Amino acid sequence: METLSLEFKVNGQEHKLSVTPNKRLLDVLREDLNLIGVKEGCSVGECGACTVIMDGKIINSCMVLAGQAQNSEILTVEGLEKEEGKLHPLQQAFLDAGAVQCGFCTPGMLMSSYNLLQSNPDPDEEEIKDAIAGNFCRCTGYKQIIDAIKLAAERMNRQS
Amino acid sequence: MKADVINKSSNRVDGYEKVTGKAKFGADINFGNQLYAKTVYSEYPRAKIKKIKLNKAKKLDGVVEIITAEDVPGTNEMFGRFPVLAAEEVKYVGDGIAVVAAESQEIAKKAVKLIVVEYEEIEPILDMKKAVKDTKELVHSDKEDNIIEHSHHLMRKGDIEKGFKGADVILERTYYTPFVDQAYIEPEVVISIPDPYRKGIEIHGSIQNPYSVQENIAKVMDHKISEVKVIHSTIGGSFGGKDESVMMMAARTSILAERTKRPVKMVLTREESMTESCKRHPYEMNYKIGAKKDGTIVAIQDEVYTQGGPYNNKAMFANWRGSVHATGPYQVDNVKTDYYGVYTNTIYGGAYRGFSAPQTVFGIESLIDELAEELNMSPKEIRLKNCLKPGDTFATGQKMGKDNIPIPLKEIIKEVCEKADYEKKVKKFKEYNKKHSEIKKGIGISCTLRGAGLGGEGIDTAGATITIDKDGSITLISDLTEMGQGMRTAHAQIAAETLGVSLERLSFINTDTSIIMDGGPTVASRGTLAGGQAVIAAGKKLKDRLKKVAAEKLNCDKEVIIIKNDQVYEYDNVNNMIDFDELIGVCIAEKGISLSAQGWYNPGPEELSEETGQGNAYPTYVYGCAVTEIIVDTKTGEVGVEKIIAGYDIGTPINPQQVKGQLYGGILQGLGYGLMEEFEQKEGYLKTDNFDDYLIPSIKDIPDINVILFDFEDDFGPYGAKSVGELGIELVAPSLVNAFKNATNNRIREIPLNLERASLGKNLSK
Repeated sequence: METLSLEFKVNGQEHKLSVTPNKRLLDVLREDLNLIGVKEGCSVGECGACTVIMDGKIINSCMVLAGQAQNSEILTVEGLEKEEGKLHPLQQAFLDAGAVQCGFCTPGMLMSSYNLLQSNPDPDEEEIKDAIAGNFCRCTGYKQIIDAIKLAAERMNRQS
Repeated sequence: MKADVINKSSNRVDGYEKVTGKAKFGADINFGNQLYAKTVYSEYPRAKIKKIKLNKAKKLDGVVEIITAEDVPGTNEMFGRFPVLAAEEVKYVGDGIAVVAAESQEIAKKAVKLIVVEYEEIEPILDMKKAVKDTKELVHSDKEDNIIEHSHHLMRKGDIEKGFKGADVILERTYYTPFVDQAYIEPEVVISIPDPYRKGIEIHGSIQNPYSVQENIAKVMDHKISEVKVIHSTIGGSFGGKDESVMMMAARTSILAERTKRPVKMVLTREESMTESCKRHPYEMNYKIGAKKDGTIVAIQDEVYTQGGPYNNKAMFANWRGSVHATGPYQVDNVKTDYYGVYTNTIYGGAYRGFSAPQTVFGIESLIDELAEELNMSPKEIRLKNCLKPGDTFATGQKMGKDNIPIPLKEIIKEVCEKADYEKKVKKFKEYNKKHSEIKKGIGISCTLRGAGLGGEGIDTAGATITIDKDGSITLISDLTEMGQGMRTAHAQIAAETLGVSLERLSFINTDTSIIMDGGPTVASRGTLAGGQAVIAAGKKLKDRLKKVAAEKLNCDKEVIIIKNDQVYEYDNVNNMIDFDELIGVCIAEKGISLSAQGWYNPGPEELSEETGQGNAYPTYVYGCAVTEIIVDTKTGEVGVEKIIAGYDIGTPINPQQVKGQLYGGILQGLGYGLMEEFEQKEGYLKTDNFDDYLIPSIKDIPDINVILFDFEDDFGPYGAKSVGELGIELVAPSLVNAFKNATNNRIREIPLNLERASLGKNLSK
């Protein structure tokens, strides 16, 4: 099969990869870049476990072909922790508010929350719900996830 | 005693890895030179296998090995009659026929399509009642009927005939529940590798019960149990589900790994997961209840059929629990209950959070409301009147409220109703509904009691090993698995509390069958209840050794040594002390003391008579009551759940925040069960196999949820803790249908209460 030369930026780092064009962005991130925080739950764009941010927008990376990410800028959960042990306020808030159980939805949930707080630093409950409506969590009942996002927003606003 | 570490909302001990994406789930584990396996599934719900043509697939470049039933080295029948691969007859659409191992996932996928299976179709047995009556058509030809082995459980208390004779009113009602999926977000993964150091096999993956996998794979591979080593990866939710499907995956990949001498990885797609994994058993519950005019229940009879699919997936255990709980949390003098599991050529039933309770509680709590309506009583009053109180006897004849086991149902029901403003809301909604013809409001109650742990269902043992290293860091391993429920954090808190050290010292290693003995499965909400006791036992052993050495060092009696907050000192003489880390150094370097200890917990058997079901079912119980408010659009059938107030007595919470998380999560799964979830099949074929057609609650579906934790003193469990994992799920569906009746005057006896049932009273898709 022909290969595609894919150039893009992931978590601030430039990459030039040779990939088969039938690969999904999810596969490239997991297999070529070893970014295993991007999860595969349903492969049909329903569960949100594979959520990453592409050029400032939330996408299901299982529904995006590698070629569509050409020249794009991607952020995954691995890009949230700026240096080892220094958690993003959202990551810390997810821990403090009890928003993590099995943790499989957590990376995608964090990316949707991150994107929300980028555009809306002080969201109300409905806005939070709209922002993570595409991310399924089967463990928490979502309540402590909402608490976590509120807590992170509050802490980030206090810092700035 | 004031607790230092427990009863506090500490953060998860495994949280950092999970919020950074570093935690490795099954799919994230890879071994060098690994192959990828994929299964060929049956095309029919029931058929004879005439021929399997592998030639084309074998020729495909990159295909390394293909196995069929013939290649199973040991037994091809695992627990519950599950075949590794179907040999002569396929019995449902999830049966495997052949498995390919290839150099890549893509090649394996292609190869599976090249395998041609010739079948001779047989009429499948689909209808549960027909399967019971018609003993000519059998799912398993070596049996005389379609009743699952050991699945008939019964309860006989008092004199049922006499009971009904003395009743002023008698109601007979039938309730139905569907197949539903655990819908964990992580699909199943198993990787088997030839043991690199000795004869045998090593298995990794999303495995809820490593020991049952170990035991079954040993039989399949014709190995000794000790030659099979199972280690679970980080598990992305399980709720009872990652058990038989991963057992089959482990069997298939182990055979391939031994034949190819290479690691073999199998990752299920969501569709394969939904097809091959167990579901909650559908129930048909035929109830009969008799009561006096004043509302006193005098007799309950219940004949229940639970659908098992073609293999016996735990119906014999689930039906036992069901038969014990069939009369709910009520004092009933005369009881006759019969539960039967039934074989069919459909997907199969098994363990899913609650394990018979969500079905049974839906049945009994609907029935109690129907009785209240018949007698013109309030749903709250009829529950207060009949709920079990100290001195009453449970359906099993067990005397309630003795040995300091609390039975606080009355208190919980009263307080939850008060918090929910129940009586006022009933009046308010009645007025509202008079004025509004299309939009209706309703409020409903349900309450429950749940046996904690396995009770008489099985041996309720657990083991834990605690090891203190030279630097004072502490490693804990349990034979029970962490699947997301927070057990590790609870165990770490319990260990730290017992040892008198800070939580930061504790870390965990994943359950590994080769280093800790099998203490039973991680089921029945027993991770804290039984597992926590094993941790205490191990911690006490170590503490005793530490105290002995400290006493020598501090020149005082062992009995007056206190270890608390990482300090070791003499009671009443705090200055005579030694730092914890220093003491560890003395123990290891100077005294040669072992700082590794195993704790074992064995609560002793609870047993019921097989003939009557009478006896002590469980050592203790947890309790709950929920009040649910809904709003119904009678034109569209849309039911909006506005508010759920639920109170639970789960003993002393080891970690209140995580206990609430368990309850919130359970409540939302319960809402899915009551309102939208249904695993649909037509003629034995699946109609739902991914999240685009199997609907689970999203964040947009969550109501205002208020959880109240009660803590009636109960010293049975570790530091007063009891069970929590499963309790949240069971109260929602019944309180929802009771609220729907209150809103619309329509009684729904089959869940889920989807649009069709709410607007038309029936399901269009059946």
